[in-house]
Amino acid sequence: MSMIEVKGLVKSFGDLEVLKGIDQNVEEGEVLCIVGPSGSGKSTMLRCINRLEEPTGGEIYIDGELIDDKNIDRIRTKMGMVFQQFNLFPHMSVLENLTCGPVNVKGADKAEAEKKARELLTRVGLAEKADQYPRNLSGGQQQRVAIARALAMDPEVMLFDEPTSALDPEMVGEVLDVMKSLAAEGMTMVVVTHEMGFAKEVADKVIFMDGGYIVEQGTPDAVLNNPQMDRTKDFLSKVLI
Amino acid sequence: MGVYLKGFLIACRGIPTTVWVSIVAIVLGAALGLLLALCSQTKSKVLRVIAKLYVDIVRGTPMLVQALIMAYGVPQLLQSMGSSFKWSNLVIPAIIVCGLNSAAYMSEVIRSGIQAVDKGQMEAARSLGMTRGMAMRLVIIPQAIRIILPAFANEFVTLIKETSVLGYVGVVEILRRGQLWNASSFETFPAYIGVALAYMLLTIPLSKAINGYERRRARKEAAA
Repeated sequence: MSMIEVKGLVKSFGDLEVLKGIDQNVEEGEVLCIVGPSGSGKSTMLRCINRLEEPTGGEIYIDGELIDDKNIDRIRTKMGMVFQQFNLFPHMSVLENLTCGPVNVKGADKAEAEKKARELLTRVGLAEKADQYPRNLSGGQQQRVAIARALAMDPEVMLFDEPTSALDPEMVGEVLDVMKSLAAEGMTMVVVTHEMGFAKEVADKVIFMDGGYIVEQGTPDAVLNNPQMDRTKDFLSKVLI
Repeated sequence: MGVYLKGFLIACRGIPTTVWVSIVAIVLGAALGLLLALCSQTKSKVLRVIAKLYVDIVRGTPMLVQALIMAYGVPQLLQSMGSSFKWSNLVIPAIIVCGLNSAAYMSEVIRSGIQAVDKGQMEAARSLGMTRGMAMRLVIIPQAIRIILPAFANEFVTLIKETSVLGYVGVVEILRRGQLWNASSFETFPAYIGVALAYMLLTIPLSKAINGYERRRARKEAAA
């Protein structure tokens, strides 16, 4: 059984059909990178997986369970999501950002949750920032806190929506390093990214999307180094300089 | 000079009533205003229409007219239907009207506050498995409150001043105290100057306190 199963996913915004029938599986422990030009539907696909966008058609299974409006809150606790704009809660300290999910959603013990939050912060290299507020952190630090916040829920899958696109170039590395270590530990990950180097190094599978379709998929080497489709070649020739 | 002092002191005797009515009304207004704001944000069309209608009616009519309807109109209507209803104290309809009135304004303020919170905040909260209600309570509303606090305080200042119409429905608040003294002493100018000063005694420190709070918070946020 696949960890994530996407079947015939269609998503329209009004008259605009953004996803035109996507089928894709993600196995446990697999790192899937989704690349493609803006407007290709890659972020929309990711957002459909945890129903931040409601699919117009098709089915999505997480761990074999079909997602619907009724079970989504429970299923979301299995999926961590990391956003391009971090979306940390500005009125909470870094530590509270990490504990608010476990305590309020899972009913975790506060002291336990704090202990675990500190461990996670150590893991992303930000133990000393626990009592700071997000606005006092750099973009890279905020994104690492956001990853830790998602991990605090003990997810089985992590979804990343262009996690480094809003960062200054010198901060991209620190975030990618955290993601690489996560992948090395066997986390199932779906990453929408423009970081081709990261995809080549970390991904088990890469899919190239354009115009609401998956144009090409395979190993990073196959898709990024030896693309078969003209559309993929064209895209890569523009991003890989 | 003594006559001015007297006018001021007499007006000040109305302060407890004005303050009391204003506080209960602002609390009532904030609670009902939040409810209206949440209604106006729901998917339910019926709730949205009700919230909109409420705001339109309240904002479209003078508070004095609403107070007269509530204090005198409603009991008469109920009596004509065979009830023996009578307000035990006219402060009660006065507070209700102020609260209902304030709710209409507060709902707009709260709604704009909620909408000013970045949409990513709701998404982040939901992605952690929070229900919509939980996300509102833990993430959106605390941020919205910070955004609307100055507007909320301004509404409180406005409300204090608006309670001056309640003298017309028999509530002896600041203005009514001054009017009654004027009627017996004919010291018209000192009476109303005293009333004005009594209102300023409430509104100016309140405005200053809010400004100070805002500045402190801005400083704290910059330093933290």
